[in-house]
Amino acid sequence: MAFFGWDKLKLIGKSDKQQINKKEEGSGPAVKCKRCGEIIIKKMLEGNLGVCSHCNYHSHISAKTRINLLIDEGTFVEHDSDLRSLDILGFERHGKSYSKKLEQEIKKNRMLSAMLSGVGKLKERPVAIGVTDPNFIAGSMGSVVGEKFTRLAEHALEKRLPLIVVSGSGGGARMHEGLYSLMQMAKTSAALGKLREAGVPYISVVTDSTMGGIWASWAALGDVIIGEPGAHAGFTGPRVIKTTINQDLPEGFQRSEFLLEHGQLDLIVERCEMRDKLASLLDLLLGDTTKTA
Amino acid sequence: MQDNSTLPFERPLFELRARIEDMLSNSEQTEGLENQVRVMRQQADSMEKELYENLSPWNTVQIARHQSRPTTRDYIEHSLDRFEELHGDRAFRDDMAIVTGLASIEDERFMLIGQHRGRNVEERHQSHAGCSHPEGYRKALLKMKLAERFNIPIVCLIDTKGAYPGIGAEERGQGIALAENIRDMSLLNVPVICCIIGEGGSGGALALGIGNKILMLQHAYYSVITPEGCASILWRDGELKAEAAEVLKLTSKDLKERGFIDDIVPEPLGGAHRNSASAAKFLRESILAAIKEVKQIPQEELAQHRYDKYRKFGEFLSNQTLPDFDEEEKSAEEALEAESGAAQE
Repeated sequence: MAFFGWDKLKLIGKSDKQQINKKEEGSGPAVKCKRCGEIIIKKMLEGNLGVCSHCNYHSHISAKTRINLLIDEGTFVEHDSDLRSLDILGFERHGKSYSKKLEQEIKKNRMLSAMLSGVGKLKERPVAIGVTDPNFIAGSMGSVVGEKFTRLAEHALEKRLPLIVVSGSGGGARMHEGLYSLMQMAKTSAALGKLREAGVPYISVVTDSTMGGIWASWAALGDVIIGEPGAHAGFTGPRVIKTTINQDLPEGFQRSEFLLEHGQLDLIVERCEMRDKLASLLDLLLGDTTKTA
Repeated sequence: MQDNSTLPFERPLFELRARIEDMLSNSEQTEGLENQVRVMRQQADSMEKELYENLSPWNTVQIARHQSRPTTRDYIEHSLDRFEELHGDRAFRDDMAIVTGLASIEDERFMLIGQHRGRNVEERHQSHAGCSHPEGYRKALLKMKLAERFNIPIVCLIDTKGAYPGIGAEERGQGIALAENIRDMSLLNVPVICCIIGEGGSGGALALGIGNKILMLQHAYYSVITPEGCASILWRDGELKAEAAEVLKLTSKDLKERGFIDDIVPEPLGGAHRNSASAAKFLRESILAAIKEVKQIPQEELAQHRYDKYRKFGEFLSNQTLPDFDEEEKSAEEALEAESGAAQE
């Protein structure tokens, strides 16, 4: 299985440069694990699918990498790659410009939006698949992400393809687009309502982190909801909760294991097993009826 | 019912009115006073009219949050003919932040679902000032499905800062409750009318906000995030809230222009809290008209009508291609990448 896109890993903290330099001697570039702080040789991390070998933290990987991990080589056909966000409300104040931010994010990520969507085969079974890229404005949902998701769901409904969406969004609904963003929650959830009524399965894969309006819409609506180990998912961010209730949050609050314990996830799956697990679930859900060679 | 507590921008008006009262009660001379008072009253009236015609978005947010602004229970008392409250989610708890029950106005029966921020300290404590837990949203959905079984229209009154941010709320699946409400409301086979009566705070409002017809009180607001939250995340300064309120386009007028709401329910001059009886009457009439209107949609088309309504929301560009990247841009891009971790919220 081929994959690429590790250059998007963002694990380096500025203060760790020295330590990294030491470790890098002779073994190539190193990065720091966001969760346990361990310095890891980048190549080893890549070989381990972006999973920290010390604490099993499943770090951010780009949408392209995710597709390559899950979908049969050469079968992915991208949809709606031509959609681009615009600054509909004129968010250009105090030295912060949404238009400029979009331009920078597009260049940085080599994508026009925070979501990659299309069709492909997962172990020979045709599927519709969408992935939000946590590196693009925190994987947040504005009009474009909402539209791409909805079109993908509508395509899945029309062709009766199982829908798989991998979410990673620290941002939730993108505030730069005001109520347009909020309404994407309505639009995408309604599209999933149609899928549900038609009996087309939808599997939601929740990765670190899946917050706010993304968790409170499509990510929480899977027929099956899978979490990556340690993924942080919830409606309100921990900082806001902490300031509101003025007490410390329990260890592991809003992580996959917490969500599983509280009955909100169906299962937790390691990144290296995700492809096999998805294929197995679809086989058991659907039998051989929709499988083609 | 009158309330005279002032908002900062209303102060000049209230001072003028107080002066008039003062003159009337303290003055012993009667000659010429009548005339002077009449002129001053006219002055005050036109000042009030002008003030309320030129409210800034932030002023609107202040009015929407006014302590004495009528709440769901006020409207239940004054806008409805009958109301039989039905409690609980049949699973965990009766969340007082959402009031549900069977209601009627004239010949129209409906299920009323309303977010209640509380009329006094005790109620505000019980209802977390209108911020629901998951069980509140589940209670709402349960009652909506009850209404659907008996082919009764649903009317939702929205008034919340947002869903409650707490440990228990997250443990019991706040996000899941919101998402399931949004999805299942889109599928209901009865007419659904939603009205934002005060604060329309983000996902917590949207979870009661999927309707065939969306109404909004004149001085209510509806936003993806509070102005304070937006200003502090984006500009690192919550004090820029007035500016955030402006750019978020959260007033009834802005949202009607952009097609997010269908009709604006008028409020008495000075806001609903100045004359809650007349506010209740306006709401009563608007609900009644909306029910009659939405009942015209054939039942089998109701869900699709709602789907089409929300399907069209979104503004973006099509037929765009990725720009070419040269080497210079690449190094700029790497610099951006190094700092972007901190820029994420």
